[in-house]
Amino acid sequence: MATAEKKSHALAPDTLKDFLREMLLIRRFEEMVEERFRAGELPGFLHVAIGQEAVAVGVCRALDDGDVIASTHRAHGHTLAKGTHPNELMAELYGKIEGCSHGYGGSMHLYDVERGNLGANAVVGGGLPAIVGSALAFKLRSEPRVAVAFFGDGATNIGTFHESMNLAQLWGVPAVFVLENNHYAESTPAKQQLPIDDLTKRADAYGMHAMKIDGQDVEVVYHAAKKALKHARDGKGPVFLHVETYRLTGHYIGDPQVYRPKEEVRELRRTQDPVEKLRSALELPDGEWEAMEREVAEIVEGSVEFAKAGTDPKPEDALKNIYA
Amino acid sequence: MPETTYREAVRDAMSEAMRRDESVFIMGEDIAEMGGSMGVTQGMLDEFGPDRVRNTPISEMAIVGAGIGAAMAGMRPIVEIMYQDFTTLAMEQIVNQAAKHRYMSGGQLKVPLTIRTQGGAGWSPGAQHAQQLEAWFVHVPGLKVAFPSTPEDVRNLLYASIYDDNPVIFFEHRTLYGLKGDVPEEIEPVEFGKARIHREGEDVTVVATGRLVHEALAAAEEAEGEGISVEVLDPRTLLPLDEDAIVASVEKTNRCVVAHEAVVRMGFGAEVAAIVQERAFDYLDAPVGRVGAKFSPLPFAPIMEEYVVPHARDVLAAIKKTVGKN
Ligand SMILES: Cc1ncc(C[n+]2csc(CCOP(=O)(O)OP(=O)(O)O)c2C)c(N)n1
Repeated sequence: MATAEKKSHALAPDTLKDFLREMLLIRRFEEMVEERFRAGELPGFLHVAIGQEAVAVGVCRALDDGDVIASTHRAHGHTLAKGTHPNELMAELYGKIEGCSHGYGGSMHLYDVERGNLGANAVVGGGLPAIVGSALAFKLRSEPRVAVAFFGDGATNIGTFHESMNLAQLWGVPAVFVLENNHYAESTPAKQQLPIDDLTKRADAYGMHAMKIDGQDVEVVYHAAKKALKHARDGKGPVFLHVETYRLTGHYIGDPQVYRPKEEVRELRRTQDPVEKLRSALELPDGEWEAMEREVAEIVEGSVEFAKAGTDPKPEDALKNIYA
Repeated sequence: MPETTYREAVRDAMSEAMRRDESVFIMGEDIAEMGGSMGVTQGMLDEFGPDRVRNTPISEMAIVGAGIGAAMAGMRPIVEIMYQDFTTLAMEQIVNQAAKHRYMSGGQLKVPLTIRTQGGAGWSPGAQHAQQLEAWFVHVPGLKVAFPSTPEDVRNLLYASIYDDNPVIFFEHRTLYGLKGDVPEEIEPVEFGKARIHREGEDVTVVATGRLVHEALAAAEEAEGEGISVEVLDPRTLLPLDEDAIVASVEKTNRCVVAHEAVVRMGFGAEVAAIVQERAFDYLDAPVGRVGAKFSPLPFAPIMEEYVVPHARDVLAAIKKTVGKN
């Protein structure tokens, strides 16, 4: 059954400041990515998760070392929150060897295996079955580890989602399915793609323990993720974490968003910005906020410098890494 | 002879069929308000409404399957698969169902379904957004496969596909959407299995598909300057294939190069090479050359991507090698 999660106990202000700093870093990093893309410096196809930072940070901060994630086409936030250095992420977006996928992956294929990132995926739903399998491996070896899949509402319509949910529950593997429900699949709103109002029902259909939470409040996300992870780690089976969130920008960088009124985006930006929400909840003095902004700006600018000074692969490097 | 883009030509063929015929409709992801991820269906929602321009959930297997069912029930559906890479999700329905219902029913059923999809590299999307997978489909009896390279051909062939009583996999090339060309006022459906010779020549035949038709034409231009006369043949449909046209051309030029963007190994070109050696062996003065992508997934970094996918210079090199001028 779905249960509405409330904040159980408050986190220490310093912890929340640390969360805020991480969310701000992701925000400014992605804004820089948008800017560099528009300046023609970044190749490829890029999707930012502006508005969804609290999900990435809340979930990833709740993970233990050794837990693994699978991400989506909207992967920058998950990747940074899972511990990849901004330099390595930016270098990847510039196609450099120093990048987290060494220039082979790009924005939709961010990997950082050492830090437990088993890969972002450009195929919707593409990463879910492997998360079940990784969790199975942990279970078979009795390791206290959890495998976590991030995916969007659109992904709940594809076969791999349903097959993975069923298999995970059937085998009772330590997996957490994090649904980032931002109410759109590209241009397609919920009413055009989902015949039910509450996607938590999809977990109910597989008998999976589910929680539904507000994804714009990082503290809520963190506590819920902690619970979900504990449930999975304790051998009680997988958990479906239904997170309500909002994409405050286009689907991809450059998306004119003809499918939704400008007013909707303006309103969401005013009321659903997770960074602003946390900032005002913390009542951070201006001086401290500005210092945080400066610190983050330095890291982000440093990542661009690092990336630009990085090493281009050789053309024939393309033929490496095809087989192990 | 109005000039139109490849993109508009695709839209035009669909709209024309939909105006004429209530049984034609289109479904796919983000094709309605957004007008498709490549802008191909822009404006169609306004003209035909949401019943006939159906936005779908992200469910490739089910939408292809639903297309099959609607086709068997008397409609002529068009299914758009946003990226060719995602046809892999619908492979079961395409290969085991669409291609086989007519056969398994002993000729009772027909599946007049058109599956439109697009792909093509050169913009660094990485390994899952620009593959060229046509060889997977030409291996399957029961399917037809089209891969037009010009606005005129894309319009006429798409129209023909919609009215074909068989499942057609219809490949569009991403980098060609902006290409302009003259198209006749009236749609003239092209028969499947009829090649087009884009340029006549004497010394070597280049059989090219999709974007590589244009790369081959550029290479032919350069070769001309070096005294090599190149014939460029675009099969336009890969299944059925105009073997006679290819053979006739090679009998004239005595040399052949095949060129496509897909990986060379086991690619469509391998079949062409086999046909040429089977049917025109005595006419060949050199081994059939093959141009295509190197055997690698598509890398992200532009430097590597550029290296993997074939360009005009690769076609030119193969031409020269074939005529012994390198
Ligand atoms: C199998 C597949 N079909 C279609 C696409 C094209 N596509 C990329 S993202 C996307 C929408 C995904 O929506 P959702 O899962 O809700 O994630 P969000 O973009 O909202 O983060 C689509 C249709 C794809 N990448 N993979």
